[in-house]
This record gives sequence, C-alpha cells and structure tokens, in this order.
Amino acid sequence: MSLEVALPIVIPLLTGALCVLFWRSNIMQRILSVVGSTALLAVSIWLLASVYDQGHVVMHMGNWMAPFGITLVADMLSAIMILLTGMMALAIAIYSLASASTTHEKFGYYPLMHLLLAGVAGSFLTGDIFNLYVWFEVMLIASFALLVLGGERAQMEGAVKYVTLNLLSSAIFLSAVGLLYGVVGTLNMADIAVKLGEVENTGLVDVIAAMFLVAFGIKAAAFPLFFWLPASYHTGPVAVSALFAGLLTKVGVYALFRVFTLIFNNAPEFTHELLLWIAAGTMLTGVLGAAAQFEFRRILSFHIVSQIGYMLLGLALYTPLALIGGVFYIMHHIIVKTNLFLISGIAHRLLGTYDLKKLGGLYKSRPVLSLLFLIPALSLAGIPPLSGFFAKFIVIRAGIEAEAWVVTGIALLVGLLTLYSMIKIWAEAFWKKLPDSTDGASLERGRTSGSLMLMYAPVVALAACTLLIGLNGQPIYDMAEFSARQLMDPSQYINAVLGGRP
Amino acid sequence: MEPILAIAVGLLYAAAIYMMLRRSIVKLVIGLMLLSNAANLLIFTSAGVTRGAPPLIAEGASLPDGIVADPLPQALILTAIVIAFGVLAFAVVLIHRAYAILHTDNLDQMKDTDT
Repeated sequence: MSLEVALPIVIPLLTGALCVLFWRSNIMQRILSVVGSTALLAVSIWLLASVYDQGHVVMHMGNWMAPFGITLVADMLSAIMILLTGMMALAIAIYSLASASTTHEKFGYYPLMHLLLAGVAGSFLTGDIFNLYVWFEVMLIASFALLVLGGERAQMEGAVKYVTLNLLSSAIFLSAVGLLYGVVGTLNMADIAVKLGEVENTGLVDVIAAMFLVAFGIKAAAFPLFFWLPASYHTGPVAVSALFAGLLTKVGVYALFRVFTLIFNNAPEFTHELLLWIAAGTMLTGVLGAAAQFEFRRILSFHIVSQIGYMLLGLALYTPLALIGGVFYIMHHIIVKTNLFLISGIAHRLLGTYDLKKLGGLYKSRPVLSLLFLIPALSLAGIPPLSGFFAKFIVIRAGIEAEAWVVTGIALLVGLLTLYSMIKIWAEAFWKKLPDSTDGASLERGRTSGSLMLMYAPVVALAACTLLIGLNGQPIYDMAEFSARQLMDPSQYINAVLGGRP
Repeated sequence: MEPILAIAVGLLYAAAIYMMLRRSIVKLVIGLMLLSNAANLLIFTSAGVTRGAPPLIAEGASLPDGIVADPLPQALILTAIVIAFGVLAFAVVLIHRAYAILHTDNLDQMKDTDT
C-alpha cells in the first residue's frame, strides 16, 4: 500500500465535504480550508520524498491489478505537480481569508475550491485515460461554479465562453478515448502504450493523437484554441483567478506531457512537429495580445497563454534537455503567475480598480509591495538571477541544440516583449503619479491592516520561492532532470504499472 | 449495424456543431447536449457491436463461452452520461442566469470581456 498516492486526492475531497457539513459557519470553513491545504502540502512533500526513493509510486485501487483496475501512478512529474498544487492551495487558502467576500463564502467558496483541488490532484495522479476524463470533469464543474460566484455581468459573459469551450474540449477528449479503446481495447495508459506499438493502422493512431492534441490544447490554452482564457480568467474573484492561472491550464499541459511522451511517442515527426508550431504560435499571439491590453489581470491572462508556449516548446523539441526545460518552466511559471495575480488583488484592494489608467502611485506609498511585484514580474520576463531566467535559458539552449532556429528566435523575441508588458504595468500602476480621478484614501492610511497582512503573507512566501529557485536552482534542476529521464524512457513507467501483473 | 450507427454518429456531430455555431445561447446548449450524445454513441460503436451475447460466465467456468459483448464501453458510456447530465444541468442554469443578467440570448452581444 502506498497511501501517499491516494491522499492528495482524498484530503481535498474530505476537506470539501467537511466544509459542506459546516455550511452555516464561515469561521469553521476557513479553519478547515487552511488545515486541509496544509495537510495537502505535507502529503505532497511525503509523495515527493517517496518518488525520489522509488522512482514510480503505484497504487492499484481496490487491489484490482492493472490493466483491469484503475491505477494511481506518481512519477516525478506528477509529484512535482502535486507539490505545486499543495503550495498554491495553501497560498490561496490564506489569501482567501482576507480576499473572499462573505457572500462568496456563503455560497460555497471553500467547498468548491477544495473540490477543484481534488480534481486537479486526481488528473495529475491517475494512470487511466478514462479516469483522467472523469477528474477533468470534477475539476471543470468546480471551476464553472467558482468562476460565476458573485454573478456579475462580466462573469456571466466570460463563463458562457469558458463553459462552452471546455465542454467542447471534453467531448473531443471523450471521442478520442472511445476511438482509442476501439483500437487497443484497454484504458490503462501503460497498457495502451504497450499495445499501441503493435497497431498496424498508424493512420488512425495519428488521427487519435491529433484529437488528443486538440482536446488538451483547448484545456492548456494553446494556439489557436486559447480565446476562452483571456475572455474569462479576469472576471472571477481574484483568488479564484490566481488559482486558475496557476493550476488549471497547467493540467492541460501536464496531460500533453503525459500523453505525448508515454502513449504517442512513435511518430514524433508528425505529432511533435505539430506541437512545435503550436508552441511558436502560442508564445507569439499571447504576448502580442498582452501588449494591446491595459487592464492588470487581462495582461496577466494573455501572458499565461504566451508562457504555455514555452512549456509546449520543451515538449515539442523532445530532447532530454528540452524536457528538463519544460518541467522547470512549469515549476517556475505556476509560482510566478499565481503570485502576480495575488499582487493584482492587493492593488485592487488598495485602489479599487484593475485598470492601469486609473492605478498609480503605488511605489510612493507601498515600496515593499512594489519590490514584491518586481520579483515575479522580472522573473516572468527572464531577468537573471530569478527563476524565469534559468527556465528560459534551458528551453532556449535546447532549441539551439536541436537547431530549431525560427522557434528559438521567437522564444527570445517573446521574452523581450514580456519585459515590455511587465514594465508597462510597473510604469502605470507603480511609478506613475496617482491620477486625480482615483480615490486614494485607503492608500494614504499608512498602517497596514490585519487582513492586508494575510494577503501579503502568501505573496512574500511565493516571491521567496522565486528567489530561491533563481539563486539555488541546482536541486530544482535535479528534480526536473529526474523527471525528464523518466519521461524520455516510458518503459520505466510501463514496468512500474504492469510489473505487478499476475 | 455498425454502418448505420456510424452514420448516426456523424449526423449527431454535424447537428451539434451546427447548433453550436448559432447565435442563441439556448441553441448553444442544445448543441452541447447533442455533442455529448454523439461522443457516447461513438464509444459504443467503435468498441464493436456484438448482438445477442451477454457477457455472462457459466457457473463453474472462469471464462465466458465464445465471443461476448464487451461490457466496458457500456460502463464508460454510463459514466459519461451521468457526467454530461450534471454538467449540462449547470449549463442550463448558467444560460438562464446569463439571460436574466444580460437581458439577451444573442452571443454576438456578449463581447464585453473579449479582447
């Protein structure tokens, strides 16, 4: 029994259920939420430790051996993702104590948040393709409800697009699973990988691969399927935006990494070439979209899209170094992007707007906040010695080694444009004088209130993580390298899952 | 049997996409319903249709006798139907609320959050 593989799913589910039990008591829900997230983080560290020891941690649910039962598998990539989930869960849980309004809390904010975390953790850990679909849906339904909490005009508009495109993606995913089952007659991912090697009708396999690419591409907000993301992410409550920005699209990226290293690795000249151009398009359109925006959270939303491109580039190049870069990029990106959204929430709390034209004067009155913004912002743009520099460095170096000149050039250019966007936010929100039309009363009050401290705490912690990855990157690099080695050699995964077959 | 089912699947997908491309959000949700049904029928068809052979194992035996229908796709479809039901119930409530707040069912007039 490897309990640590199941616990990251069980703990948020249990926390969510207990929160429902205390429906009328906001205080109990807050306590449970923080305790549950802390437990999730603790278990994720445990999981990471045992993955370090054993390579793959496998658990067959109900003792039905693979490929007949549902298997939970954690390799290094899953363990890293679960660790990041735990970190983000705790950061958001603490931040929510101050940022979530009482009406949101009354309508099930905490239960939904933990249900979402359970769905995310389930997607990272499952070793069964249909089970992956089920976890996606668990995650989606929770995210739908979280996105419309509050029921404002913009939220409704955003939600219609978000719901439609995600359901479309689910339907394509389900169809692809159906066709795949028709070809190989199994749902266990390791077993699919074995049987797919023996299939003669490779044309059909390519079609199925393309369907998976489209389905996960929509979830990951890859070019040209990303339009739902900038239309919806900036509409929800800010803690929800931060959680979505950090984790949800990365589930799509994780699914792409898993499926295109384990299952569809036979025809990289077709699938990975396609991915390469998708990555280039994603980087470029995302960053150009951001350049045209003048709203704090919209700029950040477009940057999620452009950063997804770097991760996909790591996968598309499909060399050991590129995969290290991809995994490293995911780690860096989740922390940085969540942090930037949290900071936009603090700016909103202080000045009551996300519009860059109305923001201003933050540097003069809140120098610490400005410094805290600069760390993730410059890291996102790839300025040394922050985490983003090393992430970009590895990916771009892999691109040069693979002699993919055009895409590497685009990646470098996008880094420069990212810097432009971040400097735009810096100049408008922090450096510029506060416009006369904006009410700066809460800014003038020098003392920081207790609830604002709760919003600062996760921001400081995440900024420290960014600095730590930048200044002491070796352990993180080792983790990414460990993970890339496993991804490049799917036979380890297959043996770990099917080795227990009687 | 399979060719008929295959044509039905194709028609369902076509109808679903046609409905989703309309401007009305009600038709959008109808399109989503058709889409999920199309996917379910596709699973059913692509896994192979076997007539009149329930997957029952005779008493005392450990394997079924001869070729039997595969029960797994049906379990998958059942799961998918339940999930689609829940998600679509949400979608119906969402369009109702969206109509109440936005006073329109026309997707072309929901462009405020676009870029």
